[in-house]
Amino acid sequence: MNELFSIGLIYSTIRTATPLLLAALGGLYSERAGVINIALEGLMLAGAFTAAAVTHYTHNPVIGLAAGMGAGLFIAAIHALVCIRFKADQVVSGMAINILMIGVPALLSGALFESTGATPQIPLADLLRRAPVVIAFALVPVTWYVLYRTPFGLRLRAVGENPEAADAAGVSVAGVRYAGVLLSGALAAIGGAYLSIGQSSLFTRNMTAGRGFIALAALIFGKWRPVQTMLACLLFGFAEAVSIQMQGVVRIPVQFIQIVPYVLTMIVLAGFIGQSRAPRALGIPYQKEK
Amino acid sequence: MKLLRELLFPLIAVLAAFLVGALIVLLIKDDPILTYRLLIGSALSWPDGIGYTLFYATPLIFTGLAVAVAFRCGLLNIGAEGQLYVAAFAAAWVGITFGGVEGKSVANLSAWLLVPLACLAAILMGALWGAIPGVLKAKTGAHEVINTIMMNFIALALVSWLTQYHYKAQGDPILQTVPTGAAAHIPRLGTFVPGLPARIPLNIAFLLALVACALVYVFLWRTKWGYEIRATGANPAAAEYGGISTARQIVLAMAVSGGLAGMVGINEVLGYRYRYYDSFSSGVGYGFTGIAVALLGRNHPVGVIFAALLFGALQRGALFVDIFTTNVSKDLVAVLQALVILFVAAEALFRGRFNRFGLLKRSKI
Repeated sequence: MNELFSIGLIYSTIRTATPLLLAALGGLYSERAGVINIALEGLMLAGAFTAAAVTHYTHNPVIGLAAGMGAGLFIAAIHALVCIRFKADQVVSGMAINILMIGVPALLSGALFESTGATPQIPLADLLRRAPVVIAFALVPVTWYVLYRTPFGLRLRAVGENPEAADAAGVSVAGVRYAGVLLSGALAAIGGAYLSIGQSSLFTRNMTAGRGFIALAALIFGKWRPVQTMLACLLFGFAEAVSIQMQGVVRIPVQFIQIVPYVLTMIVLAGFIGQSRAPRALGIPYQKEK
Repeated sequence: MKLLRELLFPLIAVLAAFLVGALIVLLIKDDPILTYRLLIGSALSWPDGIGYTLFYATPLIFTGLAVAVAFRCGLLNIGAEGQLYVAAFAAAWVGITFGGVEGKSVANLSAWLLVPLACLAAILMGALWGAIPGVLKAKTGAHEVINTIMMNFIALALVSWLTQYHYKAQGDPILQTVPTGAAAHIPRLGTFVPGLPARIPLNIAFLLALVACALVYVFLWRTKWGYEIRATGANPAAAEYGGISTARQIVLAMAVSGGLAGMVGINEVLGYRYRYYDSFSSGVGYGFTGIAVALLGRNHPVGVIFAALLFGALQRGALFVDIFTTNVSKDLVAVLQALVILFVAAEALFRGRFNRFGLLKRSKI
């Protein structure tokens, strides 16, 4: 029992928390600007696939990561366009992005590598094992600073809380929201890329396995604030790390540990342990008064 | 004229999706005409094409209806996936526990009792799983979207645990329960439709799906409850002012929605596999495809049938695309589905263009 809670478990927790943290911080920028982002799962998949494919061709994980971020930006731009320009239901659009990203990577992988299940193995030397972890945790203070100490952060929060007032003050509501959603695409894509060219060495079908939704849960659990969101990601990462270590060791079914993040999020949302209040204008398309 | 408008818009969305899909097929250096001919053509042959198309459409009618009912109440049920999993397991549990399966049964009921009991279990379990986020929304204001997402994962973990630790046959490498008793089978349509071979798994549940469409229509447009659900969806403040308890309608709509999603379990367990098979709703998932079905079907039971038939046909055709094209895989269907949702959701994209002809005015729900 003792060897379970070792230094290895701490490393393992940090590794499993990293993709969650990147996606959750991405979601934070989008949602604080008032655009629901349940597309994090799809955005991660876009980053994961593109990073793996490009790293395979170029043997350069930095280019792979950049390409992954580009893919995340592109897909996020679709979500932004549909939600902001065409004022579609943001949940519906997010769901569509998730379904799209089940199909597109498999379709491309099938055409490029003759396997819809996985991309080719990337040599160990071409992997990016540390950088995404550093980026993820460095982004927590950066996000805090941006959000609470810069004009952009003020505008972001204003647009998410009270777009009418922000608009009256001369802030471009649409512009700031575009920026928020695009940032979420880039960050979630790094999280996805870490899965394919950091933790493992290839992209496999649906390899995020719900991490985008756990990241969303962490964002809500962390009350849409950067530091709390990081703590939530570490908690959920810890649950995953424990469930990996426990496999075959302890006689508690892994399923019970897997559901911890989801149950906790539901409890918090219901207000049983502290209130988690969403940005006021979250999910509401902004209609300028004519 | 109103009907024309209602039909025109989904049609444009589908065409736009297919157009973008064709561009993607070109991009991966394949032939879009061949691809679409395989995709649609192989779904129209008799008996296999049509039989399988209707079989694949069956769960989509249920989940499409489920999403539509919630939509009419102003709720987005993206938890149909979880609801259908717990429901399918419940149906299998009844079929095993009361079906005379050796070592697992407490009773051996006749089909006349066992089938209705298993159906009821599926519907009630789905309704319960749907009602929980409904109650949380009504009582605490917690967003049903987040809660249904969370409950999807909880459902999957729960049934996979039950299957793995309690209902799997000893030594079975596949994560599935033992088979239900034979009394819990419902007949395949092939046993009494001439020309339809019984190997095609199209079963009574398809007819049940059509009945469910009629019932949902009556429920939403011909009963007081349905009226109150629609009033809540159209304008909750006005509904509340008019003496409707919106909290109660939210719970009711989510329960009905969950029950409809749960009926997928009838098709899957009683009509097709005769056991619970873990993660049976794989790929995009029936629950998520249900969102596309409901949106494309304008949240109306008749529209849901047509949209489900379209997606059922695509699912059937996908197998042939996989085999007979060089570069395109069956995943094109997921892409088309997503594009349809995006185009339907971003309807402002078309309304602006067509409004000057007065063709696409927003219809009232």
